[in-house]
Amino acid sequence: MEDLCHLIREQKTSKTHALSTIFVGGGTPSLLTAQEISSIFAAIRETFEVVRSGEITIEVNPGTVSKELLACYQELGINRLSIGLQSTNDDELKTLGRIHTYQDFLETYESCKEAGFKNVNVDLMFGIPGQTVSSWERSLRQIAELDPQHISAYSLIVEEGTKFSLMEQKGELILPSEDVEREMYKLTKNLLLEYGFHRYEISNYAKAGYECRHNLGYWQRKEYLGLGYQAASLIDETRFTTGGEPVVLSVKEQMEETMFLGLRMSCGVDKEAFFKKYGCTLDSVYGKVLEEFAQKELLINGNEKVYLTEKGLDLSNYVMSEFLLEDE
Amino acid sequence: MAYIDQKHIRNFCIIAHIDHGKSTLADRIIEQTGLLTDREMQSQVLDNMDLERERGITIKAQAVRTVYKAKDGEEYIFNLIDTPGHVDFNYEVSRSLAACDGAILVVDAAQGVEAQTLANVYLALDHDLDVVPVINKVDLPSAEPERVIEEIEDVIGIEAEDAPLISAKTGLNVDQVLEQIVKKIPAPKGSKEEPLQALIFDSLYDAYKGVIVFCRIMEGTVKKGTPIKMMATGANAEVVEVGYFGAGQFIQAEELSAGMVGYITASLKNVKDTQVGDTITNAQRPCEKPLPGYKKVNPMVYCGMYPADGAKYQDLRDALEKLQLNDAALQFEPETSIALGFGFRCGFLGLLHLEIIQERLEREYNLDLVTTAPGVVYRVYKTSGEMIELTNPSNLPEPTAIDYMEEPVVKAEIMVTSEFIGAIMDLCQERRGVYEGMEYIEEKRAVLRYTLPLNEIIYDFFDALKSRSRGYASFDYEMSGYQKSELVKLDMLINKEEVDALSFILHADTAYERGRKMCEKLKEEIPRQLFEVPIQAAIGSKVIARETVRAMRKDVLAKCYGGDISRKRKLLEKQKEGKKRMRQIGNVEIPQKAFMSVLKLDDN
Repeated sequence: MEDLCHLIREQKTSKTHALSTIFVGGGTPSLLTAQEISSIFAAIRETFEVVRSGEITIEVNPGTVSKELLACYQELGINRLSIGLQSTNDDELKTLGRIHTYQDFLETYESCKEAGFKNVNVDLMFGIPGQTVSSWERSLRQIAELDPQHISAYSLIVEEGTKFSLMEQKGELILPSEDVEREMYKLTKNLLLEYGFHRYEISNYAKAGYECRHNLGYWQRKEYLGLGYQAASLIDETRFTTGGEPVVLSVKEQMEETMFLGLRMSCGVDKEAFFKKYGCTLDSVYGKVLEEFAQKELLINGNEKVYLTEKGLDLSNYVMSEFLLEDE
Repeated sequence: MAYIDQKHIRNFCIIAHIDHGKSTLADRIIEQTGLLTDREMQSQVLDNMDLERERGITIKAQAVRTVYKAKDGEEYIFNLIDTPGHVDFNYEVSRSLAACDGAILVVDAAQGVEAQTLANVYLALDHDLDVVPVINKVDLPSAEPERVIEEIEDVIGIEAEDAPLISAKTGLNVDQVLEQIVKKIPAPKGSKEEPLQALIFDSLYDAYKGVIVFCRIMEGTVKKGTPIKMMATGANAEVVEVGYFGAGQFIQAEELSAGMVGYITASLKNVKDTQVGDTITNAQRPCEKPLPGYKKVNPMVYCGMYPADGAKYQDLRDALEKLQLNDAALQFEPETSIALGFGFRCGFLGLLHLEIIQERLEREYNLDLVTTAPGVVYRVYKTSGEMIELTNPSNLPEPTAIDYMEEPVVKAEIMVTSEFIGAIMDLCQERRGVYEGMEYIEEKRAVLRYTLPLNEIIYDFFDALKSRSRGYASFDYEMSGYQKSELVKLDMLINKEEVDALSFILHADTAYERGRKMCEKLKEEIPRQLFEVPIQAAIGSKVIARETVRAMRKDVLAKCYGGDISRKRKLLEKQKEGKKRMRQIGNVEIPQKAFMSVLKLDDN
């Protein structure tokens, strides 16, 4: 904890950075005591200027926050909570190895509202072993009914080296089929739209005006500074991770990122912004691949912007890989 | 050494089964004759190509000359001629043997006599060589020298009573081998005054010297300025330089005369002019007739080789031309494939030769290759009475124009211990072998003789043999002509389009099974596309097997953790790299390794 505060203070440079968003996440930051989180914010405010209407988020696990802690968050200026629920089905939660229940979540959610938080995200997950389309629909509806401002709906990724990956190798993991998983994805968009959430990124849904500015920053290649274990940063077109070598991005790499990150967003990549940044048109760089994919109905190449179709979103890696440019 | 008396020359080779220690013994002989300093001594002097060392086999015949001071106080010149150790290079072996007067037979004290040992000993005896047996690896715990000596006497029928019991690895008793070379291998004969008659046993191309011919002088003398003629190819040239083989280098000499082994350069530009087995004579004073045994080596196995990147076509041509400078057996001619574009149909002595060339192209010339399934040369007899030799399945005439077809067959000898005879007979049966006989060479070992179609053994026969005999079977074969056969062309259709590069010719009885396996294999190899892709195997218009590659539904990364996009980039780069290795056939992207999948049908 002291290390982190020390690390924050070390960032003080002659160039003053004004922070427009802060995100406290990774692991379970809600396990920090009021005193600990306060010292972190003290260090932040000592070191950086934070813009008045900035978005300040903390990740919260169900059943880990008291009324006092939430009041403390409010005092510190935290104005957005992200609650890692995943599912409203306790069996599915168990499968995922979560220690909370849906009931724990409901209590936490209620306390958050009572504490006065007006911008709350709930994380959900589909493609969980044993999950059905109807159980997913139930999770979605139950949460949408609660009327949060934001819902993240991630599809389960079996990462190498995890317990799931080992089980998958042994054939013990029964995941929903690809067809079922895509059905869940389609359902998510349509169902949430009923409740007034629109999809603004592959996995993120929000009420108008509540899109997560911090996350959008990653896709729009805004500068960010990550502090802590293996935290990633992008500053002055240089990417670096705590403990790793900084990588200065070439113009080619910047263009590639602009495409493969930007295409994650429903609004896609803005052609004028591209031209302004790189001094050449998007079509002059990517004309051939744009035409090919437009023809395959994977993307829409409009006058102002380029964005993926539904099919393009399903196959986004396939599409985005073609936006990597040849060397030279 | 100004003058060398013929009496003091010993020309010999070492013959052995693979891994019995030939190269190691060669190293020890070179070491103990003291011609090389330790610094010059590479681990295995004779095998000077990296590739060979990695594979543990010797590909190109080479020679080395060393000086040995014997216990009788005299100095002897040893010309050690190395022989290739694989059946693909049988002809080269026979020419190397013809350049020798004797042979050291190395037999592993634990393994005993193997099929390849037998084949090589018989070749040596055919050339009237005196064979000096040596029992190697006597330091191994499993060594049974007495049993092996008995085996050599019983099976091969040569005296082995006083065979040195050595360990080439440690150098134990190698001195006895050196003494036996002097005592048991005869000195060369021939007269210095006779018309020149020299046997070519190898040649290589050097950028500075041109073609360097390795030869054994049988009769006469050759020196700088001698006008020479290759009796079979008819090539003429004037000698620029003659000399000996030092420690990995050429040592110039005044002349080479009857009984000597050395090299000749004569500003020849192409190894094709200096074919192994040909006789060199003096153009102005020719010998009466050439040395016996010359034959033109013809490729046995053909395949298509294409640059993965079409723009590298010219590079591939240049590389093949360079390799051909040193390898008269390699043939190639341009061909076009609808699926693969411009490339070459290449001919090889066998599958090992093919693999070596393929690896050298990829490693030394940095070429990314797509290789089509190797096939043999079929003879197609047309109803018009014409016969064509077919090296590319795509050129097979219409069925109605074909009267009948023939395929090449080999006579194979398989040596196996009695417990595996049944399994090996089953294997030969599956490969359409015709049983020719069996002999027990000792209580527990037998030689099985089969006639087998060459196209049944070029892919994976050797591997199958090893796996079904737990490594104990050994195998040797020689070509024995053509026989009529019920052959068909199997075509593969991907998304209803015939892919010419995947067609191959096979026996009608195996077509269904192979077609089914091909479909399964291609289904594994071809990644899912945006649409469903049918894969079919067909003979003519009749589909005999089918699989389907389902359409790709999902390929998406749900999130990037905390703005760490390095993983995302890596994933996309990998994907892009994978796509680069694809070939576009119609609308379908096919990975290049799919074209070689026919080779791996028996993996399971």
